[in-house]
Amino acid sequence: MGSPMRIRAASDGEMIEVKVLMRHEMETGRRKGPDGELVPALYINAVTADYEGKRVFNGHWGPAVSKNPFLSFRFKGAAGGKVTVTWTDISGDTRTDEATVS
Amino acid sequence: MNPLMTRRDVLAASGKLALLGAMVNAGLITAAQAADAEWNEAAFEATTMEEFIKAIGASDMPVESTEVRLEAPDIPESGATVPVTLICGLPGTTALGILVDKNPNLLAAWCELPEGTEANVSLRIKMNETSDVRVLARAGDTLYMTSKEIKVTLGGCGG
Repeated sequence: MGSPMRIRAASDGEMIEVKVLMRHEMETGRRKGPDGELVPALYINAVTADYEGKRVFNGHWGPAVSKNPFLSFRFKGAAGGKVTVTWTDISGDTRTDEATVS
Repeated sequence: MNPLMTRRDVLAASGKLALLGAMVNAGLITAAQAADAEWNEAAFEATTMEEFIKAIGASDMPVESTEVRLEAPDIPESGATVPVTLICGLPGTTALGILVDKNPNLLAAWCELPEGTEANVSLRIKMNETSDVRVLARAGDTLYMTSKEIKVTLGGCGG
């Protein structure tokens, strides 16, 4: 299970804005480590977000997304429900966190 | 017509596809996950726009549009983390993608937007060197595009 994400979700009554900060190395597989060897690729390649059981975001990511990925997106909705965000990386590791919309 | 079946016909020779099929049959991954895995491999391996268009199953090259916008610094502090906001003002935008011409592979991220989700996504990407950066937006069956040069003084891909 990956490291916890920080999720903020807030509504202005019509639109919910979600900001997520994930903890992940996002190794490209092209970087040489201190021993001179290539550090193996390890990066998040799938991100999904659901709100009240409905899919609101589906991201396909590659190694060019920065380390400790930040993501922000907006969709229709009011305060009170739960937003759930899940990431999966190429090793199959995954992390799911949720936040209540304020 | 099941799109997965059609692609299976076309890619029948691919060993990786056979493996994915076997995993689906064994209940190790869902058909949706297998389709995603295929998608990721083809789209993220593209090094030219032509290859990318083909990988995502589009038939025409993207059309330049002023409705597609890229908000990003002209000169970010570091190529390791370039903040970008992808925007499309066209109704019925179902996906936004960000591509970096001079990165080892073109596609950085492709975001699918279900109905009700705004075509306005922010994230941070790595850039190896100064490059044209493109936002692609899919609205209906058409791809629209804008591009902007972002200057990188400190490369971000590990070089």
